[in-house]
Amino acid sequence: MKTADAFNNKKAFIAFLTCGDPDIETTEKLIPEMERAGADLIELGIPFSDPTAEGPVIQAANERALKAGITTDKIFDMVRRIKDKVNIPLVFMTYANVVYSYGTERFIKTASDIGMSGIILPDVPFEEKSEFSVTCEKYGLDFISLIAPTSKNRIETIAKEASGFIYCVSSLGVTGVRSSISTNVAEIVEHIRNATDIPVAIGFGISTPVQAHDMAACSDGIIIGSAIIKIVEKYGRECIPHVYDYMKEIRQAI
Amino acid sequence: MSKGRFGEHGGQYIPETLMNAVIELEEAYEHYKNDKEFNDELTTLFNEYAGRPSLLYYAEKMTKDLGGAKIYLKREDLNHTGSHKINNVLGQVLLAKKMGKTRVIAETGAGQHGVACATAAALMGMECEVFMGREDTERQALNVYRMRLLGASVHPVDSGTATLKDAVSETMREWTRRLADTHYVLGSVMGPHPFPTIVRDFQSVISKEIKQQCLEKEGRLPDVVMACVGGGSNAMGAFYNFIDDSSVKLIGCEAAGRGIDTFETAATISTGSSGIFHGMKSYFCQDEYGQIAPVYSISAGLDYPGIGPEHAYLHDIGRAEYVAITDDEAVNAFEYLSRTEGIIPAIESAHAVAHAIKIAPDMPKDKIIVINISGRGDKDCAAIARYRGEDISE
Repeated sequence: MKTADAFNNKKAFIAFLTCGDPDIETTEKLIPEMERAGADLIELGIPFSDPTAEGPVIQAANERALKAGITTDKIFDMVRRIKDKVNIPLVFMTYANVVYSYGTERFIKTASDIGMSGIILPDVPFEEKSEFSVTCEKYGLDFISLIAPTSKNRIETIAKEASGFIYCVSSLGVTGVRSSISTNVAEIVEHIRNATDIPVAIGFGISTPVQAHDMAACSDGIIIGSAIIKIVEKYGRECIPHVYDYMKEIRQAI
Repeated sequence: MSKGRFGEHGGQYIPETLMNAVIELEEAYEHYKNDKEFNDELTTLFNEYAGRPSLLYYAEKMTKDLGGAKIYLKREDLNHTGSHKINNVLGQVLLAKKMGKTRVIAETGAGQHGVACATAAALMGMECEVFMGREDTERQALNVYRMRLLGASVHPVDSGTATLKDAVSETMREWTRRLADTHYVLGSVMGPHPFPTIVRDFQSVISKEIKQQCLEKEGRLPDVVMACVGGGSNAMGAFYNFIDDSSVKLIGCEAAGRGIDTFETAATISTGSSGIFHGMKSYFCQDEYGQIAPVYSISAGLDYPGIGPEHAYLHDIGRAEYVAITDDEAVNAFEYLSRTEGIIPAIESAHAVAHAIKIAPDMPKDKIIVINISGRGDKDCAAIARYRGEDISE
């Protein structure tokens, strides 16, 4: 399955979850339910001890998952178990060191073998990407590029070499729910569209159905992370129906 | 391979949001490093404000007591604010000002870099915010007060292990929130390019002076230059101008904590492996899945799970040697130098003193060792007293 399948004839709803929070069994049950609630693509977060691009909500999720004993291998095993039950593309979202220390080629090959479609590394900018993207290409994974409100003169260069979709960061700062998104995202999306035909999804700060609707209207899809993790944090192992209800509402709004 | 590489180490592993900021910084630095006016201003700040050049002091009693190589101490502890940190901070804050920034942010462990940064910000009229692990704000309450006195705000960091590495992470996060008017004054030879190069260049005044002073006093270069290494800025500064002088042995002294065979250590070269963290590829203390390890040292300034990329490279090519010094050895050296020379070194610097105590006796009397005393030890007295079972309040 290709990452781009998520954008076929519709606005894509991309959902993020931290694997192993509160435990890997809950993650395993959540993934098919997220698809049922209307997700078109799921970002599976592999926890990292020091996630420098995350706000407090996802930081805390990483800590909970690591404390509960999650490892990269346990996440690979979980994907092996659920892959046949899921009909949407899955991508890993983690940090460079998780991939590098596993052995970059070994990590990417395994991800490809178990049916993953792509990988997002928020601490790997354009200048460093070939270390990972060349191997991704070899194994048929999309290396997803990010574009930020500060990218400006870099947008074209990044967009031209992008693969799968472009993750357009809505605001300055780290991940997390924001009451309003003040950046002129529509303008950035337009700028990206002038350089490439690859779909553009907006993430960072989206939590309400109204925000989801507005952001989807000016792009090809939206990404929601912290708002989902907050529900997992609140309900723990009982979070599944609550995540489902929330996502259903977002799906209807976009 | 991207910019800012030292062998395979270094690079720019940071979020896209920060990329234009580090590119802007690199361009500004490339311009100003050759700008006469900038360099004159910096030299004036070094000499008239920070008290440079720092002394190269012949430690005669220590030399006689150990009975081997002749020992000199490079007295960075005599600088304004009490450590080598001021060299980098004056350079970076001046650069930030030239770039039109009005606000600086910084991480700090024990508080030395934070205090230096708050000092330079006060001097140059910049707003200053310092991020410091909650645990460190409690251990180093006096430094928190000093920073506030200097007009900075101090933000305790609760994430992760609430120590130096988390302070770095949080300062990076803060930088992604507010870039336009803000410069991140990184405190060591680490992080994404161009920081390892900028910090090394501003600290290289240490080895430039050592070379000149040693030639004046001894008519030749030293045989050994040694310094403590956390991130590695004082060591990089002390080594840099000697890298091409192959007769000069360079030794970095890491914090072994309770020992390199325990989990309570911060000795990156001895116990770490190659990784990518805080913007750079280098050696880090980590587990098999790349999760960064909580580290430990009695010295808050060496309590960091990584090492600057240029040190990683000097280690790879065998140009510098890195040794691990335990808490016990460092505390003994802290007390030894105080008693022998009447100089109380920072507990960080005491790691280098400890190694000199080990190797000097076996070296011939005509050999010369220079130990970089990166800071003064007043800040450590309460902690060392506690280590010895004596409870004193600051």
